[in-house]
Amino acid sequence: MAKPTNKSEPTIVAFLCNWCSYAGADLAGVNRMQYPANVRVIRVPCSGRVDPLYIIKALQEGADGVLVSGCHPGDCHYISGNLVARRKFAMLKSFLEYLGIEPERVQFSWVSASEGGRFASLIEKVVNDVRKLKTPRKIVKEDTIAANVR
Amino acid sequence: MQDAEKKMKAAAKQLFDDKKVDVIVGFRKGSRANSSRPYFARSAADVENLVWNGFCTANLATFLPKQFEKPARPKDGYKPPRIAVIAKGCDSRSVGGLVKENQVPRANVIVIGMPCNGMTAAVKGAQGKKDEIGRACLECVNPMVRDADISITGESRKPAKAGYARVKAFAAKSSQERWKAFVKEISRCIRCNACREACPNCYCKVCFADQKKPAWVSPANELSETIAFHMGRMFHQAGRCVECDACVNACPMGIDLRLFTQKLAQDAHDLFCSVPGISGDEAPLLNMFKQDDSQCFITDPEEK
Repeated sequence: MAKPTNKSEPTIVAFLCNWCSYAGADLAGVNRMQYPANVRVIRVPCSGRVDPLYIIKALQEGADGVLVSGCHPGDCHYISGNLVARRKFAMLKSFLEYLGIEPERVQFSWVSASEGGRFASLIEKVVNDVRKLKTPRKIVKEDTIAANVR
Repeated sequence: MQDAEKKMKAAAKQLFDDKKVDVIVGFRKGSRANSSRPYFARSAADVENLVWNGFCTANLATFLPKQFEKPARPKDGYKPPRIAVIAKGCDSRSVGGLVKENQVPRANVIVIGMPCNGMTAAVKGAQGKKDEIGRACLECVNPMVRDADISITGESRKPAKAGYARVKAFAAKSSQERWKAFVKEISRCIRCNACREACPNCYCKVCFADQKKPAWVSPANELSETIAFHMGRMFHQAGRCVECDACVNACPMGIDLRLFTQKLAQDAHDLFCSVPGISGDEAPLLNMFKQDDSQCFITDPEEK
């Protein structure tokens, strides 16, 4: 069983596409680049696989922030997965922001397999952005908070 | 209105006489004084019950996907039914959307386009007094029926100016205020699912909210679940909602759902030049992509 989360540190859930972003994260690790340990990685085959419901569910289960990262447009392993995702995420981000979820809380990015340094900077940026937010969490289930406090 | 009703009934009767339809979906007199309810006319005799008045609020396209569902074990020589719809502007936009998503074969639908002067809002606190024209109708930019097979002429509303004024007003508030307002509005939800039943776009055999594997949201009337349900359901309307207000009118708690879904309609229009049911896209909005789609929302860690 994992140690209880330190409540003063934000938790970021990152959906990384297997072929580019996950490989980029791997490269950062292999090169021993330092980046904040607040991120929890979930590997998906393609950024296009990320259903908006994953993001909502992550926020509900206690994530302070969510990151989705895929291949650069034109470089998708499945040709057009990230292009379809791009439209979806543009509308989702705008919609969540409209409802009152701060834009820094849910972020999207492109990181390629060779961009280990870019991945490290990205995590740094996202964690700092989320740390600065005034309210720690939104739409989280009460029992998740209780479980973390124990 | 009386004139349009007469013409509509004549056209409907003609369709049955010419054996061009199996059923006509329209409205009949409701159980209360000032109400009309959806009605399936299955013969020339049934046509007598059809009405057209200012209480024909419901979106009739809701009934179509179920009618065209192929039976699990079709008998030999099964053919989809031929259905005529007494359609307002919003109904016809919904039919267009359903055709685009392959839920309804266009060749089997006869759209009888009616002149719409605006429909009365259902009796709800949030919508205003009884007998007032509904907000969706006052704001309607496309009251004319496009792509009608039979057009009934008559007095019709003039299109309102497009502008998404309410969305802009809401967006002008601070992030905290918007969240508070959203939660306050959505917390009234009792998870009755009337919005899903009334909406033509909600035709999924198993809604995401009813799935157990994986369980996206629980049916519990708990605030976190309710918020997640509405976020999910509204986002599933992205690029598809025709702003007919069927959901708002069906909601027993009078929740103003369209204040939020209209933001998605505004984005579909501003970002992708798409208006559901009007712009004639060949494929659903989120199935397509263009090489130059907007990227301004992408986080670039190297940007200062």
